[in-house]
Parts: sequence; C-alpha cells; structure tokens
Amino acid sequence: MDAVVTYSPFVASGIRITVALSLLSLLVAVVLGLLGAWAKLSGSYAARRIAELYTTFIRGVPDLVLMLLLYFGGQMALNRLGAITGLWKHIELDAFTAGVLAIGFIFGSYMTETFRGAALAIPRGQVEAGLATGMSRPTLFRRIIWPQLVRHALPSFTNIWLTLMKATALVSVIGLEDLVYNGYAAGKATRMPFTFMFIVLMTYLAMTAISDLGLRWLDRRYSAHVRAERPA
Amino acid sequence: MPAEHALRTYAEGTRDVFDHSQAEPEQKRAKLEIRDLHKSFGALDVLKGVSLDAHDHDVISILGASGSGKSTFLRCINFLEMPTRGSIALNGETIRTRLSPQGQQEPADGRQIERVRARLAMVFQSFNLWSHMTLLENIIEGPIHVLGLGRKEAIERAEALLAKVGLHDRKTYYPAFLSGGQQQRGAIARALAMEPEIMLFDEPTSALDPELVGEVLNIIRALAEEGRTMIIVTHEIAFAREASNRVVFLRDGEIEEQGAPESVMAHPTSPHFERFLARARH
Repeated sequence: MDAVVTYSPFVASGIRITVALSLLSLLVAVVLGLLGAWAKLSGSYAARRIAELYTTFIRGVPDLVLMLLLYFGGQMALNRLGAITGLWKHIELDAFTAGVLAIGFIFGSYMTETFRGAALAIPRGQVEAGLATGMSRPTLFRRIIWPQLVRHALPSFTNIWLTLMKATALVSVIGLEDLVYNGYAAGKATRMPFTFMFIVLMTYLAMTAISDLGLRWLDRRYSAHVRAERPA
Repeated sequence: MPAEHALRTYAEGTRDVFDHSQAEPEQKRAKLEIRDLHKSFGALDVLKGVSLDAHDHDVISILGASGSGKSTFLRCINFLEMPTRGSIALNGETIRTRLSPQGQQEPADGRQIERVRARLAMVFQSFNLWSHMTLLENIIEGPIHVLGLGRKEAIERAEALLAKVGLHDRKTYYPAFLSGGQQQRGAIARALAMEPEIMLFDEPTSALDPELVGEVLNIIRALAEEGRTMIIVTHEIAFAREASNRVVFLRDGEIEEQGAPESVMAHPTSPHFERFLARARH
C-alpha cells in the first residue's frame, strides 16, 4: 500500500501529458476534419481527390505503424526537405509533437467523414434561406451551418473523441511519459503491475466519464429545437 | 428579337392597368428590370429569354404548368440560380456578372449580390425557417446580422410583425413545433423584417394542407393591399386573379401570355393558357 501512495503522484503526473496530447490532437483532427469535409464537398476535382486519398490511406493503416513512421521517418523527411529547399536547417521533432501530429492526422480522417455526413444532413433550404436574406459566406457558416453541423456531428464526434483519448496510450511506445508509460514504470519498479494498471484504467474511466458529461451538455444545448418538450 | 417583342407587348399591356403610368414620364425605369433571361441545366433549356419589369406596387403572379420554368425564373432573380444569360437590374443598378474560366456566367461581385438579395426577400415553398432558432430568433436574424440593426430594435420590429401575422404567442417556439401554415406565416414575417423593396414568393402554399392555404393567402393578399411590390409564383388561379394586377403565363421557358388578370384570364389568346385555366377550374 505504501508503494501505491509513494508512486501515485508519479503516475498522476502522466495525466497532464495524456490530457494535453488528447486536446491538442483533437484540435488538429477537427481542423483537418473540417478542411477534409470542405474538400470532399467542394466543386474542385483535385480537392476531392486529395481528401479521398487522405481518408482512404489513413483508415487503412494501423495507428501504431503510422505513429512510429512519423516519429522516426517524419524528422528525417522534414530535414531532407529542408536541405533540398534550403528553407530551414534542422528541425527536432520531439515525441510530443510527433504524437500530436500523428494522432491528429489519423483522427482528422475520421472527423472528415463525420463533418461531411453532418454537412450533408443540413437541408439545402436552410442554406438557401440564408443566402436569400443576403448573408455573406462567413455569416452563413457561423449563424446557420455551424450550429446545425455541431448537432449532426456530435454523436459521431463523441465516439471519435473517446477513441482518440484512449489512442493516446500508444505514444508510450515512442517514450512519451503519459499515463500508461508512468503506470507501467511504477508497476515494474514496485513489482505491482496489476495494481498500477488498474489505477491507470480507473483514471481513463474517470477522464472519459468527465468528457461524457461535457458532451451531453453540448448535445442538450445544440438540439434544444428537436427535443420533445415545448419551450417555455 | 422575341425579348424586345415581349417588352413591347408588356409596355402596351401596362398602360391600361396603371392610371399612374400616364402621369409619370414614359422613360421612368422600373424598380426591377429583367432582360432576356436564359437558364440551362446542361443540355436542358429551362428559360429561353424571359423579360419582365416590376414597378412599385406591382403584384405579379407567375403561372404555368410544372416544368414551365416559373420557379427557376424566380430563383434567378435573386441569383439562387445563376442565369446562363441575361441581365437583372434593381433600381437601375445592374448586377454585374462575368464569365468563369469554364465559360459560365458567374457573379462579378459577391458583395453586390448579397446587397441586392437583402432587398429582395424570398418566401419559399417549404418555408425554410432555420430549425435551430426560435420563431423570434428567425425573424431578428437577418436584421441583426445582415442589416446591422440593434438587437432591441430588431426584436421590436419582429414582435410587431409576429402580431401582424397572428403568431405573437408562438414567438418562443421552434419551427418543428409549428404547423405548416404557422411556419409559412413566420417565414413571411422573416421576409418582411428585412423591409424588402420586392418580395418573391415561390409557390408559398404548395406544401400546405388544403385547410391551411387560406391563412397564408390572406396574409399575402393583405400585403398586396398595402401596396407592396411582389412577384408570386403560384398555382392558385383564383388568388392570382383577385390579388395581382398582372399575370404572366410561362410555357416551356418563355412568356406565352401576360397582362391584367381581368382581361387575359377572361379572354386568353393562347390556347395553352386557356387549357391551363380550364384544367385548374376543376
């Protein structure tokens, strides 16, 4: 029991990395997802093909393989490119950045499909009513499209976010000291692997439960207009 | 040129409809001038050169069988459909277009189109109220975010309009909880909130249950009596006859017949129009 008390702060310090990694990757994934969805729905043939290639490729490759490839190969590729173009000298791609990029890149492809489907679920008439009122494109997006996009995307977004948060555990293989890495190290040092993995498990469960609450709040907020009860 | 011919016929046709047109100088420009509008979808020519003028206080009903191009024509006026050829001018300001690299006509200035659209309010067949906003929010949206009106002022304007269309007690309702007739009356209030110069109605009663048609037509009729300038695509022959000062019959993308309802609808010269009117009577 002493060992648990002694090592718990160390294990807990991994939460910071896990949370930061999850949130930053999510940001990358959402940006890529919106860009991807826009490309897939755009009139440009080239944009559609690039987005198609992106989602087909990513969804057909194991996350771990892609992460290792990006961590070990990405730095080399970046520096090779820098040497050829002469634009930059030497770039150190640390494990954290590699993790964020890899996870964001992978989940961006899932987000692409989520946002594309959500955008298609918005009736054309909603957009036409905005245009006919004289809205500019940015106003139309912000006031009409985005709120409806969020509602349609939220169920699938929730799934992706939970999967993403758990997928960050993979970064422990590239030596990032996240929750899993620290839990594993503590388990090895104390010879209590089961105890510490259980602590890690409960911590993940707590994190997903908290985000579930947040997402439920978002869902209520964005689907007020379709809920059964009448407004006050 | 068929377009010029149509214009001349129209100019002759209007003189007896408007007593004020004699008092005003002949060269006074119309509020809305549509010239030689063409629209093709691929190989399909939907509009083949339609010209139309709308003056202040005109209520123009556009009739025609389905597929005659009447909805497309209305949607070309505010550029929801990009006309393949032809020009549109509001208060003498022609909407500028250019040819895209693919050789298609496109707006030369998006801002200009937004400005013009804000002055031409549209009421749709399927209402198209924004589903994530309450009725009140739907109505203040355009005034606040397009016209830049203050929130308080926009709400005042909206409340007055809601009272006018008989929906004041429904202002906190989301569209999903309103009947079709209520949604359409709400959509009319939303259009009016923009204080438009011309209102465009695209089959405003076609998606309604028969018992709800009357409440919407009554409001449009009241707007006509207020002297609002309106262009209405409709299937309601009786309504067109009593509410409009001009009817236009479209057939195969061209104006087949037009004039004051009491003359052209009583004595149609086109056999197609005659048959159309006869069919509608049953």
